[in-house]
Amino acid sequence: MLSSTCEVEVQEVSGTAVLVVKGDVDREAEAAVSSAYEQAVGSDPRRVILDFALTEYINSSGIALIVSVLARARAEGRSVAAVGLSDHYREIFEITRLSDFIELYADLATAVGPA
Amino acid sequence: MVSITEGRSTDPETDQTVPASPPGQAVESRRGLRLRRRKEAQGDTEVVSAPPAPSQEFAVSPNDPLVAYFQGATGAVDITALELESPALDEMREAGVVMAVPLVASGELIGLLSLGPRLSERGYSTDDRQLLDSLASHAAPAMRVGQLVQEQEDEARRRERMEQELVVAQLIQQQFLPKTLPELAGFQVTAFYRPARQVGGDFYDFIELPDGRVMMVVGDVTDKGVPAALVMASTHALLRSTAPRLLSPGDTLAQVNNLLCGDIPAQMFVTCMALVLDAATGSLEYANAGHDVPYLRTDAGVVELRATGMPLGLMPGMVYEERSTVLRPGERLLLHSDGLAEAHNPQREMFGFPRVSELAGRDAEDGQGMIDLCLSELDRFSGPNHEQEDDITLVVLECRQRSAWAAPGPDPLDAETAAMAAVVEELLDEFEVASEEGNERLAFKRVAGVVADSGLSPDQIERLKTAVAEATMNAIEHGNANLGEVPVEVRVLRSADGIVVTITDQGGEHDTGEVEVETPDLVEKLEGRQRPRGWGLFLIEKMVDAMQVTTEGRRHTVRLTVRPAGAAERQGEGDAQ
Repeated sequence: MLSSTCEVEVQEVSGTAVLVVKGDVDREAEAAVSSAYEQAVGSDPRRVILDFALTEYINSSGIALIVSVLARARAEGRSVAAVGLSDHYREIFEITRLSDFIELYADLATAVGPA
Repeated sequence: MVSITEGRSTDPETDQTVPASPPGQAVESRRGLRLRRRKEAQGDTEVVSAPPAPSQEFAVSPNDPLVAYFQGATGAVDITALELESPALDEMREAGVVMAVPLVASGELIGLLSLGPRLSERGYSTDDRQLLDSLASHAAPAMRVGQLVQEQEDEARRRERMEQELVVAQLIQQQFLPKTLPELAGFQVTAFYRPARQVGGDFYDFIELPDGRVMMVVGDVTDKGVPAALVMASTHALLRSTAPRLLSPGDTLAQVNNLLCGDIPAQMFVTCMALVLDAATGSLEYANAGHDVPYLRTDAGVVELRATGMPLGLMPGMVYEERSTVLRPGERLLLHSDGLAEAHNPQREMFGFPRVSELAGRDAEDGQGMIDLCLSELDRFSGPNHEQEDDITLVVLECRQRSAWAAPGPDPLDAETAAMAAVVEELLDEFEVASEEGNERLAFKRVAGVVADSGLSPDQIERLKTAVAEATMNAIEHGNANLGEVPVEVRVLRSADGIVVTITDQGGEHDTGEVEVETPDLVEKLEGRQRPRGWGLFLIEKMVDAMQVTTEGRRHTVRLTVRPAGAAERQGEGDAQ
């Protein structure tokens, strides 16, 4: 079995929580992402940014995981953005219509800068 | 002196007869030791005995103390004087037994001489007892030998029955194979059939149609032995009666499927390929009920004659896609059954369809040469002394010259042939991954390496990676149920259509043909009315130009096709926002 390792680091910038995802987003990433989200919402951020700059592989289980995070954030009244996606995963976010609910930015600076 | 004759001992002293042997015989049974009392009068020998004991069997449980007692007894036992809590003893007494001599061979109680009362006033004398003991010591080994012989005979009969069943199955099978091959102007037909020891239900046939064409069928019944042979026989009969009425291969298969569905035992089905050849024009119409795809050798390479359809006998109302091609001089069609492609070598590797396809493309003098080539390659692969696992059927159709062959010049059929050549496939890579979570990474990384220089754009390769990853995950998780020892087979091919990746698991029937993929409803998922999962198939479908799912028995294959950019514009392709 080829297991992946995924670590998620939580950063906070003025009312925005940034989840820096380091590694593959698949079923195995669930625990790391959930606990990071838990930690991030401790400060009740208005906005949650998912940073995928260090992610090479997202599969359908990963998409399901992102859907769960998005569903929860929306229920809690938080907006969600994603940064650092490769062109390919950007396309997948569009095909799955995740991009209708998640703002996509090239990188973190663009996402937090002018907004 | 006492002499012993068949069935009795005569005591000259009293001139009376004592029933001696074999009044009792022990045989092992599930319930324990059974003592069987035979009728005293056997054959012509008249035995005067008292009381006249009827044929009687009494079961002795292995726990009955009598067994242990007899086993340890040194000679004749006086049943009347015996004090033992034993149901068997009671039964023996009731039957009138007064004396019993255990027959013991190699420490095992194998029988009993049971005697009724002596026919004189006196009881059994010491001499009588000695005589009986001596008789028992001789009778016991002889009886043991007799028992062994009988056991062996039973075993031999059982084997013979099995052998007979094999022969019956083979007879049925061979009865329905054509005795002669059709003579078709401009074509040569060669056929080969070799049953496995246990007949596998293969068949082939040539049915003359009233319009002058000939329908060729090749099929295989699941299961083996007599049941398979019988289903094969009825399928054969149904095809023979249906084809001349309906003429079309697709309609014929549909009709036979409907008729077969009512009669075929559950769990059994029949794969069958039907091809209708017009020898005058070379036109070949064909339909396939899940049988191994035949290979056509053309100038452009080997072409697979694919047509979708479910095996016969699974469910009524099936439709069989009908396709057609035209055979040109020099072309050669190889029809085969899975006995070849699915043969294994001692390392349990499969001969495989790519090998058959490759063989179909080789040079051979004629049809027989092609068949010899297949068989010698199989022998080489399987190794010496390998027992054939399944029936092997090979039918070769060669187009020598069409009788209505057009004059030189542009052949109106060229376009069709060119279209056929579009399915020529070249195997680029073939490998397996164990069905363990996460192993889809092995699959998509290897595929990405193989197709790196194949003319696909980097974007297309990324999409193909995702499609391969998702299809492999499905195969690992749903098809092979995460069973590590069951491999997922991956093949990468170059066809004129583009790059093709096939991913095969052993999950059997799922959806087949063109799969309708539902678009997951993200809003429903976000609102919690649907589970967040369920993206796999949708992603695969969006990532490739074509996705097709087929099954052959347990083998469930997802076929992904990506056309090189420029060859075909992908629908909905656009730059990221």
